[in-house]
Amino acid sequence: MSRLRSTNAMILAGLAVLALLGVIAVAAPWIAPYDPEALDVMGVMGPPSLAHPFGLDVLGRDVLSRVLYSLRVSLLVSISAVAVATLLAVPLGLLAGYFGRWVDTAISRALDMMLVLPAMLMAITLIAILGPGSAVATLAIAMIYLPILARVMRTSTLVVTGLDYVAGSRARGASHLRVLVSHVAPNALGPVVVQASVLSAFALQLEAGLSFLGLGTQPPTPSLGGMLADGRDVLIQAPWVEIFPGLAIVIAVLAFTLLGEGLRRVFDPRGVAE
Amino acid sequence: MADLLRVENLCKSYPAGGPPWDRRRVMALDGISLSVQRGKTLGLVGESGSGKSTLGRCVLGLTEASGGQVIFDGTPVQGLTGRALSDFRRRVQPVFQDPFGSLDPRWPVGRSVREALDCFRIGTAATRDGQVLDLFNRVGLDPALACRFPSALSGGQRQRVAIAAALASEPELIIADEPVSALDMSVQAQILNLFMDLQADLGVASLFITHDLGVVNHVSDDIAVLSRGKLVELGQTDQVMRHPSHAYTRSLLAANPTLVKGEPHAHRTD
Repeated sequence: MSRLRSTNAMILAGLAVLALLGVIAVAAPWIAPYDPEALDVMGVMGPPSLAHPFGLDVLGRDVLSRVLYSLRVSLLVSISAVAVATLLAVPLGLLAGYFGRWVDTAISRALDMMLVLPAMLMAITLIAILGPGSAVATLAIAMIYLPILARVMRTSTLVVTGLDYVAGSRARGASHLRVLVSHVAPNALGPVVVQASVLSAFALQLEAGLSFLGLGTQPPTPSLGGMLADGRDVLIQAPWVEIFPGLAIVIAVLAFTLLGEGLRRVFDPRGVAE
Repeated sequence: MADLLRVENLCKSYPAGGPPWDRRRVMALDGISLSVQRGKTLGLVGESGSGKSTLGRCVLGLTEASGGQVIFDGTPVQGLTGRALSDFRRRVQPVFQDPFGSLDPRWPVGRSVREALDCFRIGTAATRDGQVLDLFNRVGLDPALACRFPSALSGGQRQRVAIAAALASEPELIIADEPVSALDMSVQAQILNLFMDLQADLGVASLFITHDLGVVNHVSDDIAVLSRGKLVELGQTDQVMRHPSHAYTRSLLAANPTLVKGEPHAHRTD
């Protein structure tokens, strides 16, 4: 019982923080006190003050405004990357798990080939081919998580496909398409939803990492990873340039993780039994 | 009388490891031949792993046999497509063992019963709800339960729903794969009696798969005994129960306490 309550608390906390971050991201142009790209040459590396609560960065830009705008890009890239990956992974995993045999072999081996490359290497390779930018970073992150999500979908599809109601539905005259859409997919989707929300946290980190390396979001558009890169050289003199975008990443990752962990417990049969 | 279902020399093997050029195979079914007549019940008995359920799935066309054939009403089942396959499916329906696994947990049970009506386009969209309620009445369920989810029903109620779903398309043959073994004794008796009453009323034949000799004695006209994928004995229920010819059948009978006491017609329905 207490576990159930703590599970709900996790999901609610995760959702609440994400909703708050989402509102901030959407409303950034209205709530940001300054233009995130406006330079204040006189106030370079100014410490936090009433006028600039998070201080100013190396070029004299308002850190608070930049963090607010960065969340926009970071959340957009990480969520849409995971969404694209999920949309592709679900049908692939369904087909592989449901039809088995050569369909499974073909899809699974193709996914294995995608998994062979380390995540960062794959992202960098793609960016080297297509050029840096938010859109390419989104695509790269989606490609990294596609095989993971597809495997999760395949496994849960395998379990559901073996159940009697699927065989029964076939015997009651339902077509494969109908069985897949009305029975298998809805019952196999749970673990993928969990995995997707957990991966969103990693996607946000990965986007920050790519932008830090200068491969993701390009300046002057502010991004959390880019801000970390900017602040790295002045860590001692002006720690606020580094700390606030870092905190934003921590909070966003924590929110995704809480949500994912809460959902995982909901879908975990052992959690329900207790 | 013409056989409704004839199984001829049916084989099913599964790969069991070994390199691709020298696969070892497990024979789940090894040359099974049997038949079911219209309106009659053939009890298929055997221990776990004897291939009973595989045979059921092969007959339903859910598992592809490796050899031999299944002939339903004079037509080989393998290779049926389109209308012919749909027609075969309509006439042969399954009832599964596990009442928890045989109904989609996300569907109200009424929708599960309605599925066959929708898929086989029986009646019109408007009349199907009425047909579902009739089916609920026929299997002794309160039609008000139709909008409940399986999790809100007892095991016996779920199995009644499963039977209603199987009856929806007015089949001529029901493949009942251990339909009562997951239920309590008292519920088992109710479901068995319901099953037999419905069979008598509707003239449905059945292939009744079970490991329980008491149950098979109660419901079947003929008995087929399966052991390790082979058919070891086939005959009328009385004959097999009283004078088993094969050692395996005798050991099965000896393992059943009610029958050892010399009451071949006692059934475990108390």
